[in-house]
Amino acid sequence: MSLKDKYAIMGVGYTPQGKLPDWTVRGLFLEASKNAIEDAGLTAKDIDGILVELCWTDPSTQCWSLQADLGIEHTGLCANYDSMGASGCAKVQLAAMAIDAGLCNAVLCAFVEKSATAPAVPYRASLGAGLAYGFFGAMPGISMAARAHMNKYGTTSRQLGEIAITQRRHACLNPIAQMRTPITIEDHQNSRMIAAPLHLLDCCLVSDGGRALVVTSAERAKSLRHPPVYIMGMGQGHVIIDLPERVDMLDTGAGRSGESAFRMAGITPKDVDVLGLYDATTYNVITQLEELGFCKRGEAGPFVEGGRLTIDGELPTNTSGGMLSEVYLQGWTGLIEVVRQLRGDCGERQVKDAEIALVTNQGGFIGFHSTLILRR
Amino acid sequence: MAQIQKPLPAITETTKPYWEAARRHELLLLKCVDCGHYRHPLAPGQSFMCPNCTSVKQPQWAKASGRGKIATWTVVHKVFHPAFADEAPYVVAIVQLEEGPRMIANVRGIKPEDIRADMEVEVFFEDLTEEITLPQFRPAGK
Ligand SMILES: [Zn+2]
Repeated sequence: MSLKDKYAIMGVGYTPQGKLPDWTVRGLFLEASKNAIEDAGLTAKDIDGILVELCWTDPSTQCWSLQADLGIEHTGLCANYDSMGASGCAKVQLAAMAIDAGLCNAVLCAFVEKSATAPAVPYRASLGAGLAYGFFGAMPGISMAARAHMNKYGTTSRQLGEIAITQRRHACLNPIAQMRTPITIEDHQNSRMIAAPLHLLDCCLVSDGGRALVVTSAERAKSLRHPPVYIMGMGQGHVIIDLPERVDMLDTGAGRSGESAFRMAGITPKDVDVLGLYDATTYNVITQLEELGFCKRGEAGPFVEGGRLTIDGELPTNTSGGMLSEVYLQGWTGLIEVVRQLRGDCGERQVKDAEIALVTNQGGFIGFHSTLILRR
Repeated sequence: MAQIQKPLPAITETTKPYWEAARRHELLLLKCVDCGHYRHPLAPGQSFMCPNCTSVKQPQWAKASGRGKIATWTVVHKVFHPAFADEAPYVVAIVQLEEGPRMIANVRGIKPEDIRADMEVEVFFEDLTEEITLPQFRPAGK
């Protein structure tokens, strides 16, 4: 039986964000968790499920240590979860499934990123001989996919720049965004190359910070502190991790992920009022707009022109500034933002009458994908 | 000044023949004994089932022609590791080999801005250390 509308995201928890040399990973997990539980109108005693993503620069905080730190005597679900960058939305999905299965009633999902001030750690997911060829981290991989898209469809760097400019404009309306100076297309084109065709301003920030949320049944959510944000649809799609091994190198799994979510929600892209697309780079936004069906394959370049993704545009996207301009908290930047958009508490950057949101997470060299469709 | 070592691949039991061949300046692939499907030896899962016909028989080592085309590429400007400081900007490409598999390699002997999709390339070998020689690519017939 479908889980549609049966579960809801209640509390959302923030921490300070940006450069946080004085905060430990453990402290950030606790701060985000406490704030989410309080925001839900619950106490730690009400939480009986915990899902944690290990912080990649300091994996010392685990599901069991967070349970102990919060003083929760018993849980019916306590697990570390790793689908790389896709973990945020995926954890919300697992939380709903676990509650539906009767394992628990209120699940805390928590995340911490500490890449701005943590010591550098060796890159993970280095398969084959990539490092010997100078193939480091996500940016070169994503830029090869971006190049393939440009070669096939004629997408341009200036079109990618539109996304960066739009999201910076959104960040300027967000008091907690890291980057609050407007940028122009010249700024984008003149920013230094990271891995061509991607410039610095095509790439996400580096940040410290934590986020958390609580998932409960819709029934329970009604009596809590904020209006519930219901889970309408969910989906995941994962392709072979190594880009050269994928039959179609432009397939990121987002298509399958979106299809599942739309099918469950019973809506189409036209029904979506606000979008949160995982934006490790501007190119991630391009490919997801196409794969999720917001435009046809190959047409996202022209699609993002003319301000379509701005807050007062046709399809407001990454309204907090996203990972490009607000903060790099992986999928959590967009996830928490769309929940707040649906609650209607985004102040200056509020999308008018936002009823339905779609948010995605994407990881593993843009090959791991999760989607949530939410409504107020 | 001593040269900073690039991060080298680990030689495992299953990849040893690949790296030994590279030292002899040969590019080896794995060929399915049942259907003839080629795989790159460094691809994940290479020692298990054939993704084409599900054969689980030990595949054969087969010498590649060394010819291929550039499927896509990036020009890395950022220095992610000090060993690449003098090389940047450098080209990392996905090369589509004639036999079917794709592989990561650097493309040398051409200006990055002159590279085009589907450009024909051929393998050459870069001896990095006593143990590791990297298959690399350059424009065909150069
Ligand atoms: Zn076979």
